[in-house]
Amino acid sequence: MTSNTSPKAGPPGATPLLCARDVHGGYGGMNILNGVEMTLHADEVGVIVGPNGAGKSTMLKAVFGLLNVNQGEILLKGEPIHNLAPNQLVKRGMGFVPQEKNVFPSLSVKENLEMGAYLKPHNVKRMLEQVYEFFPPLKEKRHQSAGELSGGQRQMVAMGRALMAEPTLLLLDEPTAGLSPLYMNEIFDRVKKINAAGVGILMVEQNAKQALAIADKGFVLAAGQNRFTDTGAALLADPDVARSFLGG
Amino acid sequence: MNELVFFINNVVIAGSVTGSIYAIGAIGVTLIFSIMRFAHFAHADMMTFGAFMVLLLTTAFPAAGTAIGVPTALIMLPLAMVLTALLAVGIDKAFYKPLRAFGVKPIVMVIGSLGVTLMLQGLIRLFAGTGGQSLYVGDRKEIFRLGLPFEGARAPIVVTEPQLYLFVITIACVVALALFLNRSRLGKAMRAMSDNPELAQASGINTNTIVAVTWVIAGGLAAIAGTLLSLDVTFKPDLSFFLLLPIFAAAIVGGVGHPYGAIAGGFVVGFAETLAVFNWNVLLRPFQESFPAWLELPSNLAFVGTEYKIVVPFFILVAILVWRPTGLFKGKVI
Repeated sequence: MTSNTSPKAGPPGATPLLCARDVHGGYGGMNILNGVEMTLHADEVGVIVGPNGAGKSTMLKAVFGLLNVNQGEILLKGEPIHNLAPNQLVKRGMGFVPQEKNVFPSLSVKENLEMGAYLKPHNVKRMLEQVYEFFPPLKEKRHQSAGELSGGQRQMVAMGRALMAEPTLLLLDEPTAGLSPLYMNEIFDRVKKINAAGVGILMVEQNAKQALAIADKGFVLAAGQNRFTDTGAALLADPDVARSFLGG
Repeated sequence: MNELVFFINNVVIAGSVTGSIYAIGAIGVTLIFSIMRFAHFAHADMMTFGAFMVLLLTTAFPAAGTAIGVPTALIMLPLAMVLTALLAVGIDKAFYKPLRAFGVKPIVMVIGSLGVTLMLQGLIRLFAGTGGQSLYVGDRKEIFRLGLPFEGARAPIVVTEPQLYLFVITIACVVALALFLNRSRLGKAMRAMSDNPELAQASGINTNTIVAVTWVIAGGLAAIAGTLLSLDVTFKPDLSFFLLLPIFAAAIVGGVGHPYGAIAGGFVVGFAETLAVFNWNVLLRPFQESFPAWLELPSNLAFVGTEYKIVVPFFILVAILVWRPTGLFKGKVI
């Protein structure tokens, strides 16, 4: 457990938005997570970094109920959520943007976004306006099918879809994977804006330096366990982290 | 002129009738495939079941339609659609859902649906007998003969009452389906699930509901197709079963998982069948004089005999799978 050095953290003793304690889990009989710890307060950006195979995406999937957690617990606003079905987690305010296949290719951009608000149909109009504000290019392309868009625009659709449900916690699995540096910066920029609007963010990133730069909390995983846990700035400044995980 | 009328009667009308029935059947097959990813072979027998429900209800209340001047069978169709939808949902619960829960490969589902086919056929035969029965129990099948206002046009264009209903209902089904899939929340969720089931679930869409809705629609459409087919000819327990191949051909021609493709595919296969068995001699006869003397037109110039009609969809199926496996509308490759 880390001390709360984040400037945005709520009053001491406030229930964290997300709390994972000693999470073990994996696919089939193989455990990939071997005791991950994670605390994220409302309005914080948490970034999970680490080498390939460290269990970063697996941890995100465990939070979103896509993975069998066989030991430990995950709490959302103090309530246990491990092993709840994804659609129930959406109801409780969680949004998930997978790394791949994160849009409905044959649906139009607008329909993609509408699907995000499937459980809150009365919110569609208001949320559409809000998402178009976050991602102006989507408004222009709203009648185009999502499968025809570029990678960066697809990522915007995917994030927009998740935002439509007005989540309090948004999970992003490598949102900048495969994007050009231009789009990458734009996506990080949007993540900051979304967070500023009051949405907690937990994301897995390969572009660790840029991601930690905007992170309130950073979690460096290795072999399914926390190796370093601190604020983003502290991790960036830590020579140990830099040497072993950020490429010097 | 009479030759043209002959062409209209035997190709345009007959092709539209067959095409409509294939189209409605293929929509059901393609919807089931797009949501559950397996070829549902029992679809044709769900059609027969729907027609059989209409037959039962019509026999029970033969005079229900005369009060408003429509064939009783049509009055009973909505009720039969509900019953067939219930059957479809029930079959899914009893046979397919356990298989899905077990995470079996799609081919296991296909074989399962073959079992359901045999079971349904046996059940229907048990209660309906094996012979043919008219769905016009208390009514008379109207036949409309439209004479053409041209000189020398002796033969009329012939349309029967059920064929007219068939065209109207087909158009209504297509419009309703398009509205449902493009405008309604549930329809969009269905397309979303067909596109990406995991993401649909991550969006909070209850995939079990979508599966049930798919069965309701497929069952309702199957009842319509089976009833309209039986109205056009007669009800027989194995009537729809022989439509299985052309219906699957239609779904694949249109691009599997693509409802509009299924409609187009239905008409392609329907017209291909009627054009293939059409006797082209009739159309060429008026131009006999302009042919060279050595060219004697044989009296039967059809591509295939009527009895081999079934090879036409088979041929189309093979051709499409070889040259354009995704179908006309770029569907999924099975």
